[in-house]
Amino acid sequence: MTAIVFGESQKGICKKSAFEVVSFAHQMGVQDIIALVTEDTTNGDVLGQYGASKVYKIKGLDSGAFDSKVWAKAIADFSSSHNGNIVIFSHSSFGKSLAGRVAVRLGAGIVSGVNALPEGDLFSKSVFSGKATIKYQIKSATKVISVMGNTMKPIAIGQSVAVETIDLGAAQSSTKVLEIKRVEGTVPLPEAEIVVSAGRGLKDPSNWGIIEDLAKALGATTACSRPVADAGWRPHHEHVGQTGIAIRPNLYFAIGISGAIQHLAGVNNSKTIVVINKDPEAPFFKAGDYGVCGDLFEIVPKLTEAVKKFKETHS
Amino acid sequence: MNILVCISKTPDTTAKISFKNDSKEFNSDGVQFIMNPYDEWYALVRAIEIKEQVGGNVVALNVGGSDTEAIIRKALAIGADEAVRINAEPTDSMFTAFQIAEYAKSKGFDLIIVGKETIDYNGSELGAMLAEYLDLPYVSYASSLTLDGSKAIVQRDIEGGVEISELNLPCVISAAKGLAEQRIPNMKGIMMAKSKPLTVVEPVGFESKIQTIGFTVPPAKSSIKMVDPNDMDELVRLLSEEAKVL
Repeated sequence: MTAIVFGESQKGICKKSAFEVVSFAHQMGVQDIIALVTEDTTNGDVLGQYGASKVYKIKGLDSGAFDSKVWAKAIADFSSSHNGNIVIFSHSSFGKSLAGRVAVRLGAGIVSGVNALPEGDLFSKSVFSGKATIKYQIKSATKVISVMGNTMKPIAIGQSVAVETIDLGAAQSSTKVLEIKRVEGTVPLPEAEIVVSAGRGLKDPSNWGIIEDLAKALGATTACSRPVADAGWRPHHEHVGQTGIAIRPNLYFAIGISGAIQHLAGVNNSKTIVVINKDPEAPFFKAGDYGVCGDLFEIVPKLTEAVKKFKETHS
Repeated sequence: MNILVCISKTPDTTAKISFKNDSKEFNSDGVQFIMNPYDEWYALVRAIEIKEQVGGNVVALNVGGSDTEAIIRKALAIGADEAVRINAEPTDSMFTAFQIAEYAKSKGFDLIIVGKETIDYNGSELGAMLAEYLDLPYVSYASSLTLDGSKAIVQRDIEGGVEISELNLPCVISAAKGLAEQRIPNMKGIMMAKSKPLTVVEPVGFESKIQTIGFTVPPAKSSIKMVDPNDMDELVRLLSEEAKVL
């Protein structure tokens, strides 16, 4: 079996999601794993560590100049000419724009947002905003999937790999990226393993410092509930929930967030949820794993100190 | 500006989710259905706003049985000019995208807007598929969309930030929060919706490439473990030793 895996990079450096999707194919038991990356990717060889048997940089594709039409054509053409049995993307802002296009081009069945290793041709994913899991059979010979972030921990196998550049005639055309604005220095929310999130219980944006202190101590990314984003306390890209973004970190702290169903829809796939709230009736306590009931302005600084102490003794 | 907006029917966010027929089918008994919020609040409203600015026509399209006509009428009440229903159960995204593309390919739409995903199957696939069937540029998760002559300027959310692109029209856009503000239909809109045209189109043959095997419901969370607010060392210990996430 041959897997064609698209490894995303940012400013020419492979993202964690690239390691995850290559390792996903490896953990599926695929031997022949061909990773495709953009031409500007400088560390494509690292994908060999996670199981890629070959890495190709696609000439003409640049990580800062996304064009779903051109990229999808290049990836699908490559898969056809290299007899790919399965094409794997990460379920990211890029994968979501590409996977459906590639599936149509290849006449392939697709499951997006896959959340576990497949059993044969059966693929599962979370549906109804985390309230159920569906299992699909992909009936076509060629299959396309996109894999949720943090689904499988990438396993390094210490393989070295050759990186070649391939010309598939890709030329940027119908879409031109004018600008990319990123918040530098933090792990983007969908990739974060630990997320510290706060809501209206924080009372005022000037109190946000205690959330940042905790996040810093944990090496976590901060997030917020909808009312906090709507009030302009925090930028919209930090809003997690149904209308914001859905995340599945290993550890999610919900601080001063009541736990409306729309918020839970975005976070209930988190592996462990800690709820800190002064209201013992807050619905979030029903969805959490660990709860602390009390005044967050007292609890959060104490927790930050406890985390610091723990880190000092465990590093 | 000739704009197509694709709308879908989904269970209400707060609906209780259950399955029937040996967990192979969603149980719709007693479930309240609504227009998918991303389609209604963002895709449809932005299309109407653009039409209000530059003139044109907004067509709301749904792939579904006659039971979806309530949400189609709502789209007309909010301000779509006409509606199309492709008379088929939308079994999977590729089937649905194919049906929409077959209808749209000869209609000369300048802009096609879909919601970023439906809140039931959370696929985020339809827009990309539709764009590929129609060979058009596509941007997903748009939080801003403006037109500049024959180009669309689109801002979309990416991991850790935003990306701003310029696309040639015609193009396909999927709509996320921020693209527009929800509009509540008023009485005049509801009255006018009754006389706006709704065309029913029969589907084209398509063989689905995936099949649902079944659903499972995650086991109920064991009850939460409460920790003394004065003992955060204990919480850290539990996260490290029991949950193994630190």
